[in-house]
Amino acid sequence: MIGFLLKRILLLIPTFIGITIVSFGFVRVLPGDPVLLMAGERGITEERYAALLAEFGYNRPMWQQYLEYLKDLLHGDFGNSLVTKQPVLSEFFTLFPATVELALCAIVLAIVIGIPAGIIAATKRGSFIDQSIMGTALVGYSMPIFWWGLLLIIVFSGTLGWTPVSGRISLLYFFEQKTGFMLIDSLLSGQKGAFASAVQHLILPTIVLATIPLAVIARQTRSAMLEVLGEDYVRTARAKGLSARLVVGVHALRNAMIPVITVIGLSVGTLLAGAILTETIFSWPGIGKWMIDSISRRDYPVVQSGLLLIAAIIMIVNLLVDITYGLINPRIRHQ
Amino acid sequence: MSDTTNQTPKKETSMRRRMLAEFWFYFSENKGAVVGLALMVLLVFIAIFAPIVAPHDPIQQYRDALLVPPVWQDGGDWRFLLGTDAVGRDMLSRLIYGARFSLFIGVVVVGLALLGGVTVGLIAGYYRGAVDTVIMRIMDVILAFPSLLLALVMVAILGPGLLNAMIAIAIVLQPHFVRLTRAAVLNELNRDYVTSARVAGASPFYLMTRTILPNCLGPVIVQATLSFSNAILDAAALGFLGMGAQPPTPEWGTMLAEAREFILRAWWVVTFPGLAILITVLAINLMGDGLRDALDPKLKRS
Amino acid sequence: MGLLDIRNLSVDFQTAGGLFRAVDGVDIQCERGEILSIVGESGSGKSVSMLAMMGLLPWTAKITAEKMEFDGKDLTKITKRERRKIIGKDMAMIFQEPISSLNPCFTVGFQLGESLKLHLGMNRAERKKRSIELLEMVGIPAPETRLSAFPHQLSGGMNQRVMIAMALSGDPKLLIADEPTTALDVTIQAQILDLLVSLQKEKEMALILITHDMGVVAETAERVQVQYAGQRVEEQHVTGLFTDPHHPYTSALLNALPERAVGRKLPSIPGVVPGQYDRPTGCLFAPRCAHVQDDCHGVVTRQSDALGNALCNHPLNAEVTA
Repeated sequence: MIGFLLKRILLLIPTFIGITIVSFGFVRVLPGDPVLLMAGERGITEERYAALLAEFGYNRPMWQQYLEYLKDLLHGDFGNSLVTKQPVLSEFFTLFPATVELALCAIVLAIVIGIPAGIIAATKRGSFIDQSIMGTALVGYSMPIFWWGLLLIIVFSGTLGWTPVSGRISLLYFFEQKTGFMLIDSLLSGQKGAFASAVQHLILPTIVLATIPLAVIARQTRSAMLEVLGEDYVRTARAKGLSARLVVGVHALRNAMIPVITVIGLSVGTLLAGAILTETIFSWPGIGKWMIDSISRRDYPVVQSGLLLIAAIIMIVNLLVDITYGLINPRIRHQ
Repeated sequence: MSDTTNQTPKKETSMRRRMLAEFWFYFSENKGAVVGLALMVLLVFIAIFAPIVAPHDPIQQYRDALLVPPVWQDGGDWRFLLGTDAVGRDMLSRLIYGARFSLFIGVVVVGLALLGGVTVGLIAGYYRGAVDTVIMRIMDVILAFPSLLLALVMVAILGPGLLNAMIAIAIVLQPHFVRLTRAAVLNELNRDYVTSARVAGASPFYLMTRTILPNCLGPVIVQATLSFSNAILDAAALGFLGMGAQPPTPEWGTMLAEAREFILRAWWVVTFPGLAILITVLAINLMGDGLRDALDPKLKRS
Repeated sequence: MGLLDIRNLSVDFQTAGGLFRAVDGVDIQCERGEILSIVGESGSGKSVSMLAMMGLLPWTAKITAEKMEFDGKDLTKITKRERRKIIGKDMAMIFQEPISSLNPCFTVGFQLGESLKLHLGMNRAERKKRSIELLEMVGIPAPETRLSAFPHQLSGGMNQRVMIAMALSGDPKLLIADEPTTALDVTIQAQILDLLVSLQKEKEMALILITHDMGVVAETAERVQVQYAGQRVEEQHVTGLFTDPHHPYTSALLNALPERAVGRKLPSIPGVVPGQYDRPTGCLFAPRCAHVQDDCHGVVTRQSDALGNALCNHPLNAEVTA
């Protein structure tokens, strides 16, 4: 298991270096002079230009600049936002909990509904229930989620008036953010109605973000389940006299979960991409919206480091998924 | 001797026909796939004959008819079956012209990604060693980023616009083809028929394109349909974020972006473009499931 | 009264090309403490009839029987829940592929303990003690350490021993072994067979041994039932079967044994078991039979007990017994 872990971590190193090259090269390949680009349309004096050139080190050879960049990264210096002048890293960590909260709720929703739906579809193969579940899953899988979000806003916020349109909590409530997770903070604040408000704000974004992972998980669970249900060991389990619930829920499920976990891991990338759209639609103050805003404001240090941080997080999550994979599948663990 | 030369092509065509018949048998067994195909044919027809089918010019602004609701609602106008948008353009006509963009985007993006990905994958799989390692690490790096984010950033660099959006999406979709082709090549390379072709003196190029490639086409085609729907979704998302096709282009995602501010006042300007995207993507995915069943029995999942 | 009494069992599978009859009016009787062997080529429906009795066939299978009685209970009448109380306890089964028949995600101890918990309601400590005893009984060395092993860490033979231990956990009255040695090495095959027979004697349980290997039959069985294309074509005591086979199919099977081969070439039976689309009228073996006559394509008669219940119009060795 430790060897397996080490191998996985070693494999990540070249990818990580590649990611830093991409994020470093990103500013380089921008057409035009990076300093002029940052200065924007207001223009800049000669001296200021020379000073900036030296400050950012753009007058040195490329490889030196890259090494310098790496050194800064290792020291935790991810640059400063051009707009807010704040360090990118601290901005990132202020906004990150909002995205994590949303993404966690979405993936939990996707798992809690997707896996049982897939199991039911597989055990009732070919029935009307199976066809309905799989039909719905295909629609979810094909969903343009930015439109889906707008549609839900029209119905639930517009017509029915049940849910708020944007933000994480009603403006009526104001309290210190201890954890950054609104659900927890609103509970800690002790203010009446704060938690309910936070939940109300969370519902629609969660549904929107969960849609595609939910469909993918349901489809994968069904196909994995169908494959496993035909295996010899499932027949053995039934030959023991175990009830259908135990045969499906213990013997088949454990094996069927192996490919499903891979899919859940892969959906982390989908989730973060989806967060960009979902957060934009619902004005959710997370890193997705932050990235979009920075791109449109041409705040390149933020885009550059944000890209790097997001990729690094996806890599770490994928590593964790691999470890879970090893824990659930004894054949890998003992290799 | 003359006999055999005459028979070979005939045999080949009958063989092809039989394979096609078999393909159609498996494909048509999946009812959803047939529905998807029918929808797709309809969409292609609409896209090709858009100028004839559409009742209005998609960018013609009728100043006397702003935000007219669909015909079945109060205040609807028979001139505009699905209503008009905020500057008085006919929704139906814009949607019909939008089909052109979506299908065009899908075809171009998948074409680029397929051509690039398969070529690079063939090279990586055939030469292995250092070439393979470098190529695959680069693909890993591309796959490490969320595809939409990477496309967004690339468009930000290249400048917003439909063409740049298509290039960016093709680049982020292409690693899937590389991986798939490479895996298939590695799998086929050890087979006896490749060895015998090599012994017979076939050149690497001939081996790659004529011997190996046709035998790993199945999964690549399945991936292509998947990428087709992804390309349409991503292009629409970029359009929605203002990074894809620019107004007044009647691209569905761009239409949604323009309609956002009227979301609570005029449901139709938001609902119809999205519905069009959903139906198109659904049709492709339905077909994709059927193709997978027909071409790749190993991957059979539905 | 016999332990198992099946009369006129038929199993049909729904396929794309219509119904396929896998088992065709088979009778199976088994006494307590007896070894019955069911022999036949692959596709002769020998496993399917047993799986049907255990209720392990997929839903596409349609099972009909005049009578299906086990230990005084009518299996056609009881509910699923009642059947689950019997299978795995009084009636257990082991399969051909020991490695894939055990769940790769659970330890040997867990899979053994499951039956003990389900049928005997044992607690954790009792289960562990009993599991060790069972593993010892089937000849697994160092059973304590094996409990935490996963199936892929054991050899095929060891896995089959675990399967046997699992089957024995409820002290069954009937053990069905479906080609238990086919997937194993030749040297291990004999060990497993010996183990099965000695356990059968020790526990005084009935054993139904499904096999295509006449050699296995000769070594173990007492009574033999030969099946062909879903039908019971002959049934005899093992000695009589080997000396005086009455059905031409049995005779052909025996002639195909390497030990019996005369001359340099091993005789084989031409053709294959008829499938869904080439089922003949009349005797199903007629197209492959060396003794085929004109009336074989019409009605086939079942011979008397003295002639091995042979399903044949022209049984062999008739004069010897008569």
